[in-house]
Amino acid sequence: MHFSAKLPAPLSAWRSQLAISRRAMSLLALAYLVGCGRTNVVSIDGSSTVFLLSAAIAEEFNEVTPDVKVVVSQSGTGGGFKKFAAGEIQICDASRPITEAEAAACEKNGIDFIKLEVAFDGLAVVVNPANDWCDAITTEQLKTIWRAEAAQSVTKWSDVNPDWPDVELELYGPGTDSGTYDYFTEVINGEAKSSRQDYSPSESDNALVQGVAGDKGSLGYFGLAYYAENTDKLKLLAVDSGGGPIIPTAESVRDGTYKPLARPLYIYVRQDALQNDGVAKYLNYYLEKMNEVSPRVGYVPVTDEVMQQNRETLEVAVPKVAAK
Amino acid sequence: MSGLPRNGRPYAKLASQLFAYACAACAFSSVAILVLLLWQMLRFAWGWLDWQFITSFDSQLSPHKAGVRAALVGSIYLIGLTTLFAVPIGVGSAIYLEEYAQRSRWRGIVQTNIANLAGVPSIVYGILGLGLFVRGMQMGAGVLAGALTLTLVVLPIVILASQEALRAVPSTIRQASYALGATRWQTVWHQLLPAALPGIMTGVILALSRALGEAAPLVAIGAAGFVMFTPQGLNDSFTALPLQIYNWTENANDDFRIHVAAAGIIVLMVMLICLNATAVFLRYRFGKRIHW
Repeated sequence: MHFSAKLPAPLSAWRSQLAISRRAMSLLALAYLVGCGRTNVVSIDGSSTVFLLSAAIAEEFNEVTPDVKVVVSQSGTGGGFKKFAAGEIQICDASRPITEAEAAACEKNGIDFIKLEVAFDGLAVVVNPANDWCDAITTEQLKTIWRAEAAQSVTKWSDVNPDWPDVELELYGPGTDSGTYDYFTEVINGEAKSSRQDYSPSESDNALVQGVAGDKGSLGYFGLAYYAENTDKLKLLAVDSGGGPIIPTAESVRDGTYKPLARPLYIYVRQDALQNDGVAKYLNYYLEKMNEVSPRVGYVPVTDEVMQQNRETLEVAVPKVAAK
Repeated sequence: MSGLPRNGRPYAKLASQLFAYACAACAFSSVAILVLLLWQMLRFAWGWLDWQFITSFDSQLSPHKAGVRAALVGSIYLIGLTTLFAVPIGVGSAIYLEEYAQRSRWRGIVQTNIANLAGVPSIVYGILGLGLFVRGMQMGAGVLAGALTLTLVVLPIVILASQEALRAVPSTIRQASYALGATRWQTVWHQLLPAALPGIMTGVILALSRALGEAAPLVAIGAAGFVMFTPQGLNDSFTALPLQIYNWTENANDDFRIHVAAAGIIVLMVMLICLNATAVFLRYRFGKRIHW
């Protein structure tokens, strides 16, 4: 039993409690005021695939323009567009084009944007190296495996092709906020976000690599860059969309023969952010350097026509901003 | 041992010994796992952890150029600000609940809530921080919003530890102080707080160690993944050590994933050990002053 508990709480007790909280509040207010002074910040969020490119370019950009602060975060293409529509970021990294719903959200908040195509990425379909029955897979077979109706019914390799053994099929793929997931489900299953859900999802590509590498009956898909770093742990499948099996390489991704699993990567930029000197400088640098940096982070450079188109988009957008 | 009277439980001694061995095995295995982990990390980080690593910013292109500067400074900012917010509010709450509040139903509810909040997963506080500080109060995902969010995470721990420490001060001290005519404020300030200080500080520093290692709430509020500057103002974007380590482990390149991440982990652990050593030192230093 506390002695103090027996005493009635006097008014002074309340007063001292109030004093403590008042001091804390004024401290907060002071701290907040001190922080109001951000200038020349470029804020980027979105796809973890494009993150690698945007961050690598930010790194080189920092060496030539140290006074512009570039912040690159990754919360998935879907998460990025949510922040983009809310006006919280200036540039959104995207591994798929913006959806109608997302564009509508931007319009509702008065956010105009431009789209730049910055690189090509191939999606790798991989299996375990111990898998000796499958070297190539058709897009039809991929659909048989990944479509929503396959849940609980296509559970063995023999369910896909009777020639394949009676081995449990263990599936690994990116989580639902990922642009990779959206793109794969759209081109393979015919509808974005329509996929069986009884697979092992992870936003971490390394976790997917480990998953596929650890299981004889596994199959997974993710960006080609993660295959390139783990060639000894994984077996890459050729994909056949009707014209014979094609192995994804820089050439087949770039010239479009590796279809449909080669996709363009984008950055979306807020129109009014182009007024910001830092953003304009960063974008110019981006276009200048991206074809050189892309292969270093595992992507395929864009063609000259695409590059020309990007420059035109930017040139058209900048005077528009100046006129406002 | 025929001279001793037999107690009718021939295996009691053996059982007692076996129990001691079992407990020792538990203790050694946990230490062994820790040592193994440390050894592994040091092995991976060997050759990567140098002065350049401490003073450089992160790199996407070359693991040899990568460093923890932004994350280290970000973490120091976070811990400093979190201390500034969590200590006065936490200790104040504890003093109020222990010394002033009457034993009412209201106090019971507050007490139960604090105990429950201490067990809430930190990601939940992250979402709260995102809604309240980043969006509601328009702070953006800067160091201030990060520190306030971490304050929410550690506040229940600070309050509970401070309450325990105050409760451990014998009530005879309070009674003697009041008997000598001291006011409640004088009793709290001159008797209770000094006596409870070692306990409070231990609790505070353990709570801060937890804040230092938190990644989830910072991810939730949208802390940066890649920055090449250190925060200058309180609204500047930041990254912190646990986030930086997580990002490195996500990289496809093995040099980043294993070696650079391990070096980052060593830096984080050294910071944690420094914090805990401060706790031990302060405890010893202030503990000596109390003579009853």
